Amino acid sequence: MNDSKNELTPSKPPFWNNPKYRALVFQVVLISIVAYFLFSVIQNTLGNMEARGISTGFAFLSETSGFDILQKLIPYSSESTYGDTFVVGLLNTLLISALGIVFATILGFIVGIARLSNNWLIAKIALVYIEIFRNIPLLIQMLFWYLVVLRAMPSARDSFSLFDSFFLNVRGLYLPAPVLGDGFLYTSIALIIALVAVFVLKRWAKHRQEKTGKAFPTVWVSLGLLILFPLFVFLMSGAPLSWEIPELKGFNFQGGITLIPELFALLLAISIYTATFIAEIVRSGIEAVNHGQTEAALSVGLNRSQTLRLVVIPQAMRVIIPPMTSQYLNLAKNSSLATAIGYPDIVSVFMGTTLNQTGQAVEIIAMTMAVYLVLSLTISLFMNWYNAKMSLVER
Amino acid sequence: MKKRILLGLATVALLSTAAYAEKSDKKMSTLDSVKKAGILKCGVTTGLAGFSAADKKGNWTGLDVDTCRGIAAAVLGDATKVKFNPLTAKERFTALQSGEIDVLSRNTTWTLTRDASLGLNFAGVNYYDGQGFLVSKKLGVKSVNDLDGAQVCIQAGTTTELNLADYFKSHNMKFKAITFDTSDQTIKGFEAGRCDMLTSDQSQLYALRIKLAKPEDAIVLPEVISKEPLGPVVRQGDDQWFNIVKWSLNAMINAEELGVSKANAKAMKKSKDPAIGRLMGGQGEKLGLSDDWSYNIISQVGNYAEIFEANVGKDSPLKIDRGLNALWNKGGIMYAPPIR
Amino acid sequence: MYVTDHILPALPAPSDSKGVLHWLKTNLFSSPINIVLTLLGLLLVYKILPPIIDWVFINATWTADNSAECKGEEKGACWAFISNRFGQVMYGFYPPEQFWRPNLAGILLILLTIPLFFEKTPKKVILGGFVLVVFPFIAFVLIHGGYFGLSTIETDKWGGLMLTLIISFVGILCALPLGIILALGRRSNMPIVKSICVIFIEFWRGVPLITVLFMSSVMLPLFFSGGTDFDKLARAMIGIILFQSAYVAEVVRGGLQAIPKGQYEAAVAMGLSYWKSMFLIILPQALKLVIPGLVNTFIALFKDTTLVLTIGLFDLLAIVENVLGSDSAWLGFHTEGLVFAAFVFWMFCFAMSRYSMSLERKLHTGHTH
Repeated sequence: MNDSKNELTPSKPPFWNNPKYRALVFQVVLISIVAYFLFSVIQNTLGNMEARGISTGFAFLSETSGFDILQKLIPYSSESTYGDTFVVGLLNTLLISALGIVFATILGFIVGIARLSNNWLIAKIALVYIEIFRNIPLLIQMLFWYLVVLRAMPSARDSFSLFDSFFLNVRGLYLPAPVLGDGFLYTSIALIIALVAVFVLKRWAKHRQEKTGKAFPTVWVSLGLLILFPLFVFLMSGAPLSWEIPELKGFNFQGGITLIPELFALLLAISIYTATFIAEIVRSGIEAVNHGQTEAALSVGLNRSQTLRLVVIPQAMRVIIPPMTSQYLNLAKNSSLATAIGYPDIVSVFMGTTLNQTGQAVEIIAMTMAVYLVLSLTISLFMNWYNAKMSLVER
Repeated sequence: MKKRILLGLATVALLSTAAYAEKSDKKMSTLDSVKKAGILKCGVTTGLAGFSAADKKGNWTGLDVDTCRGIAAAVLGDATKVKFNPLTAKERFTALQSGEIDVLSRNTTWTLTRDASLGLNFAGVNYYDGQGFLVSKKLGVKSVNDLDGAQVCIQAGTTTELNLADYFKSHNMKFKAITFDTSDQTIKGFEAGRCDMLTSDQSQLYALRIKLAKPEDAIVLPEVISKEPLGPVVRQGDDQWFNIVKWSLNAMINAEELGVSKANAKAMKKSKDPAIGRLMGGQGEKLGLSDDWSYNIISQVGNYAEIFEANVGKDSPLKIDRGLNALWNKGGIMYAPPIR
Repeated sequence: MYVTDHILPALPAPSDSKGVLHWLKTNLFSSPINIVLTLLGLLLVYKILPPIIDWVFINATWTADNSAECKGEEKGACWAFISNRFGQVMYGFYPPEQFWRPNLAGILLILLTIPLFFEKTPKKVILGGFVLVVFPFIAFVLIHGGYFGLSTIETDKWGGLMLTLIISFVGILCALPLGIILALGRRSNMPIVKSICVIFIEFWRGVPLITVLFMSSVMLPLFFSGGTDFDKLARAMIGIILFQSAYVAEVVRGGLQAIPKGQYEAAVAMGLSYWKSMFLIILPQALKLVIPGLVNTFIALFKDTTLVLTIGLFDLLAIVENVLGSDSAWLGFHTEGLVFAAFVFWMFCFAMSRYSMSLERKLHTGHTH
């Protein structure tokens, strides 16, 4: 009797077979291995650096750099410190990433929609564009734009010019720089007022449409408001704005705003390359929207562009955003290839020149990696926020 | 249970190997590790004619390359036992610091900062250079001082980048530096018209000029704006290795001074001149090398004059004069301490 | 009342809804906007295509003994620039008399993989396992040598397309198992395991490959107490593998998430241990789902291998850029070098992306709608 009863009650498994304990032991072992590994790497690195007399610490950031940088968004000269070098490089990286994201998105949307065009030729051109540029390594494209296309540009003395104030040559694009006069403040204020007015108008128009069903030509009125009102104030205040026009002095153009060709080549390569991926994402996002939605929208009387703008794209956005995020991340990371064509981004001026002058590889690489990690994280967070916002629109 | 024991064992094994490795390596000197590996790891440029460049078959030639070969001959008795590691300017010091290479022979300028705070030691000078400028002929420029406002192609992370900023500042001139990763890219940028002039060590300018489609369209300006003593570099903290590299180079220079060359090295071994006698044998032990260390260098690689002429001098496409690099008793400043 | 007792034959379509004209009308000239777009498109094609064809084919010089034959007013591309040193473009500084060794390895790989693309091949798993596990060793012995009387050819002589292929092949091969483990770890219930995997994956996905390569090529010895005396190529590969494994992990994770929960529960209910349920039930299904994704990851890796140029390895791009491009006898053919490299990369990537697309279509049957 006793025996059979014993068989029926399940025996308690020995503790080493208990998944809970197993998991615990496994994790403890794993974390100790990882911790030991990290500890020994840090220990070794410090030991090796000391044994070889390599300076450590971040004191170098306040030393004078002694070199100049081609493109700087903040004042910088050879008397600035390595810390400034870091900031200049960082800003240049941010600049190219931001510009790249904007241009790649615009181009990607255009091409993605063109892919679905009912015009056969346009759809095919878009397809060929995607297939060519998506399958060629970005580095090759970058070198191509920089070394091949740049070479075809004229020298400074026979630049292409437009109205004798815009110049394009092998050294870059030269634009007139606005010089703000004393009374320009009024125009700025006018612009702000116009912006506020547009915002109010938009809310009012929406409210009216929801109540009465009558559409208000918001776009045209807003445009008029934004352009005419500040223009009027600008003229009334005596047009306090002059232009500094680039001039050929000596070997090069002086004055005005210069866009360096490195920026151009990088931007061109990075947007053309990333746009192919974005186009495919946009296309599949639009295709993911049930065709019935389009048909319904058309039958309610919306025209093609309204259907696209008001019905299809908002729904497609939800499919589009997650893969788009990773494309933006890729773009930001790919901007590090800038160093291959001499665009002064953080990899080039900080992980390159500064590293070579100071020899503090560990600190510099750690800082550079941290910059990209933070950049990636920021883009991720922003896109997650945007994604959440877009999905809330759902009713 | 088994799994846990396995994991435990694996951890213990990992810990002990790591601990062991730590102990054994702290003592290993560069000389021992080179001897153990049977090969010398030498950092060179990614391609600079005359100093270190790979030919069509991937064989390395150049003055810096021969310096490394000399060290290999002294240490391993065989000048071919070198592994060349092509490095960009910005990689070079990190590679040496980390132990990726045993010696850096990559036309590197000796400066105080590099000696003192990078954890490096310069073992001597194998080429005295100075910074110069390459400009396009059609600009019609005769001197650097005509180049106010110019755009300059330059290699990133070099002393030339710093000298340039100093020079233009002291002369109240403005410039814009367009920096590239390798010297190859600087000349491509120059050829594409991206910049008005290219600046670099003078020896490099000649090497780069022959890479232009029309070399005769570019001229090297007469000004030399800096001192650029180039030489092999080692890590700090290993004096024995530092001495070996230093004296391998000195042996080549002394050999030229004493008239010992690749061709007559064997005969000179029997020379009655005590100075030559010391050069050809008897001093190796003090460096921790075999007795015929310098004989190996000279018989396998040659003396300084031979490697100079073959790589950058009259027997090379560069055709650079000895100039500063002639021996001290022949009008130059190449001077090696005596082997004694 | 009329009732048909047979099906009426279909009438031909009205004449204005068939034929070339109809096609043109609906596909190119359906609306005023479309007419404008079509004309603009035609103009674009007309402006771009003929000059390119002229340059690439019609005016090109295919063979020449020296660069002078390539130069001239009307001359197009100079393909002789590539063809004269084709061996180097393919194999780098590998000794020409030994070319048969990488060739043999390549042919072997092709012969072994072709059957994998056919559905009917028996014992596919074994063959696949052979390609993934045993073949790399055979290829290494063949290409590197040092055994069976083959002369040793150090990795610093490897280069060209061969090196590009080796790096990407080895990269994906080693990244795959690592990535699977990371993906499983990220989906694990154990908090520590999960967070370690998340940190690892997000770290590698967050940093650019160029910094990883720099670190692995010149800084690695600093992190270990000596003894890390392996080859530059091997170290670059470690960097690439770690980097790539994070991307593989994310792709595999997508597959794991797509497997219905019932499968997990069923496996547990069957009394299978964690590893058994993963390897016998979950992973086979998940991996099948993510093959297209893995191929896309591989394409990305293949393109990324060009970055090894920055650490002094001579892959295809580095050979045409730095080795052929600085040959003083053949100066000024930079464009040809880049275009050629672009074409080779394009061919491989395009073929792979088509393959991945066809797989996707095949796997998607029955799932949509």
